[in-house]
Amino acid sequence: MERNLMKGNEALAEAAIRAGCKCFFGYPITPQTELAAYMAKRMHKSGGVFLQAESEIAAINMVLGAASTGVRAMTSSSSPGVSLKSEGVSYIAGSDLPAVIINVQRGGPGLGGIQPSQADYWQATKALGHGDFQLLVYAPASVQEMVDFVVKAFDRADKYRMPAMILADGLLGQMMEPVSFPEINPNAYDKSGWATNGHKNQREHHIVNSLYLKPDELEKSIVDRYKKYDIIKETETDAELYLTEDCDILLCAFGATARVVKSAVNSARELGIKAGLFRPKTLWPFPVKEINEAAKSAKTLLSVEMSMGQMVDDIKLAINCSRPVEFYGRTGGVIPTPVEVLEQIKRIGGAL
Amino acid sequence: MATTEILLAGFGGQGVLFAGKILAYCGLMDNKELSWLPSYGPEMRGGTANCSVCISDEPIGSPLVLTPDILIAMNQPSFDKFVTEVKPGGKVFFDSTLIEAECDRADIQLFGIPSQQLADDNNLKGGSNIILLGKVIKETNLFSLDVMKKGIEKVVPASKAHLIPNNFKAIEIGMNS
Amino acid sequence: MAVVFQRPKSFIDIPTHYCPGCTHGIVHRILCEVIDEMGIEGDTIGVCPVGCSVMAYDYFNCDMIEAAHGRAPAVATGVKRTNPDKFVFTYQGDGDLAAIGTAETVHSATRGENIVVIFINNTIYGMTGGQMAPTTIPGQVTQTTPFGRDPLLAGYPVRVSEMLATLTGTALAQRVAVDSVPHIREAKKAIRKAFENQKAKRGFSLIEVLSTCPTNWGLTPIEAIKRLQDEMIPYYPLGVYKDVTEGVFAGLEGGNE
Repeated sequence: MERNLMKGNEALAEAAIRAGCKCFFGYPITPQTELAAYMAKRMHKSGGVFLQAESEIAAINMVLGAASTGVRAMTSSSSPGVSLKSEGVSYIAGSDLPAVIINVQRGGPGLGGIQPSQADYWQATKALGHGDFQLLVYAPASVQEMVDFVVKAFDRADKYRMPAMILADGLLGQMMEPVSFPEINPNAYDKSGWATNGHKNQREHHIVNSLYLKPDELEKSIVDRYKKYDIIKETETDAELYLTEDCDILLCAFGATARVVKSAVNSARELGIKAGLFRPKTLWPFPVKEINEAAKSAKTLLSVEMSMGQMVDDIKLAINCSRPVEFYGRTGGVIPTPVEVLEQIKRIGGAL
Repeated sequence: MATTEILLAGFGGQGVLFAGKILAYCGLMDNKELSWLPSYGPEMRGGTANCSVCISDEPIGSPLVLTPDILIAMNQPSFDKFVTEVKPGGKVFFDSTLIEAECDRADIQLFGIPSQQLADDNNLKGGSNIILLGKVIKETNLFSLDVMKKGIEKVVPASKAHLIPNNFKAIEIGMNS
Repeated sequence: MAVVFQRPKSFIDIPTHYCPGCTHGIVHRILCEVIDEMGIEGDTIGVCPVGCSVMAYDYFNCDMIEAAHGRAPAVATGVKRTNPDKFVFTYQGDGDLAAIGTAETVHSATRGENIVVIFINNTIYGMTGGQMAPTTIPGQVTQTTPFGRDPLLAGYPVRVSEMLATLTGTALAQRVAVDSVPHIREAKKAIRKAFENQKAKRGFSLIEVLSTCPTNWGLTPIEAIKRLQDEMIPYYPLGVYKDVTEGVFAGLEGGNE
């Protein structure tokens, strides 16, 4: 397959178009701007819609409108902008609409910084908006996975009628790597049972809505959605297990951090320390089965994140605190180095 | 080949990111694994710019180069800041027109050429970065001249294809200096 | 026997949740009459706001979307851009359109989005129980202006039709009222014109409808109509503030087509 050299942000955009995304609504913010710029260049030519909205809030609601008519729609932003989108994401989830949201994370809170971060893990996996709901969260670790996961996100969003997020970061968005575009034949999901695209006097009118004033009706709608979530938790988890068969120390990291950690794991192995890496590719659903498999022989787990420690909570829950789970992180836009991580492995290795 | 980590640094506008891109495309043409990571943000606007390039036969781990095997420095602050970070046995390429090389490390090799002057003398405006790349391929076994030419052809956009011969000339000047 | 008066087909035959004397029902009805007369129910998608008309999706027989507070024009933009040949309207109150959704309103207008916006101005937040709206008139008593709206404290009201008329993308900005039969007929004509604009791709059309809220005004329905006539119309004069018959993009080439 032909290898292209592309920035992560551009690869996300190209993959979305190839996955049948017909409209993009966005607002400029560093470090994801190349994505919108790419869409502006390509979308019209491919017969789709590109629109620079007046705000992140407007952009996500334009996505809601387009998705309501059964069209594949997407928006992208970076951390502060994603906070603004949270209202719309909640409405999309509550209205059972498919949509793809990209977060090329930067440091927070507040205006924070513009360098890479993973401090939106909690926001993405626990509470991207008010109310009981989840969205699918994919964590690419390479430009190639930016492509593969966007394609998957559009498919699963349609399949389950729910929002899906690509949780990337500034490093992945800005870096170039070789990338190949697989032949993509998007599955066609039948949306004729709910899409609001005009009934042509041939069916009952459709309503896209998240309002239920009767508590028992709202409860039922949520319980039904959670039944769907249960199926997703069973079937949609995905993770990479690297040198975990015999590991004493299991490192856990996602996205760009996992690349740094992998380098450190390799160095540790050269020193005779049995380190392994568990890298979740889906953050929600969290790969519970997979981490328990990876941690079979581990005496200690170490979560490495570009935050003050967020995924570490899910790791403790997933293994039921059966082993010590330690944490090492850098935050505010600082990227941990392989040397720093190796020091942590050596420290734990010495204690074992 | 283990991973070669390259750091390019200079002022914004000197073509640091572009030179890095050429190396990245060389990796692509040479069927290597590679990564290219720019510094980004306000510093792009005329401040310091740097970019990390990794070339390897193995998948690239962290794309951020902190301890380069090869440093290409195009201004004094970049040289001063990064020369101490170069791996033992590493090589430093720098523009001696703009940089006074003060370095007491014996475990690295310094290659200073007056690339800015050479660019001016040969009417190759903005070619200093490419001249340095010519010196890099002469003094390392990173890429062959053939691969370098292919990389340049790939990275120069079609609308600027007329600039390709100048880039080839700059490589040649660097190799001969 | 000849039928001389009946419920519009696109107006679903169920009781509404509106208070006695509320004029939402009148506006719903004339909007549905226009949809029926143009024969476009099957090609129309409506977007509801948050406010008293939040459940209007249960009353209109065309496809309907319920938007977040203030976001209806953005949602309508998403619908219209992907379905340029369908009719798209929003139905919004004053808090929704002129406070929390001001950015969405102004920018959909200035982009010349080819949609119809029905704007119900009754100078109060009805659904939440009668708080100050962006259109509350100076001196008007509400739950949050208990001594009357004091511009020194709460600023001045927004005159939406006049404001949107200044934007190049606005094709039609007209203020009507539903206080009397002649005014109701006028209002229906204006709504019809807005939908004809959309059919002809003329740009953004706003119909501002002065309406009553007897419950939160603390008036009987008849007193409420009188207040509309005596206090609102003088402050919000009826009329056409902008009407670009050739369309806001006339003479331009390009776009997506």
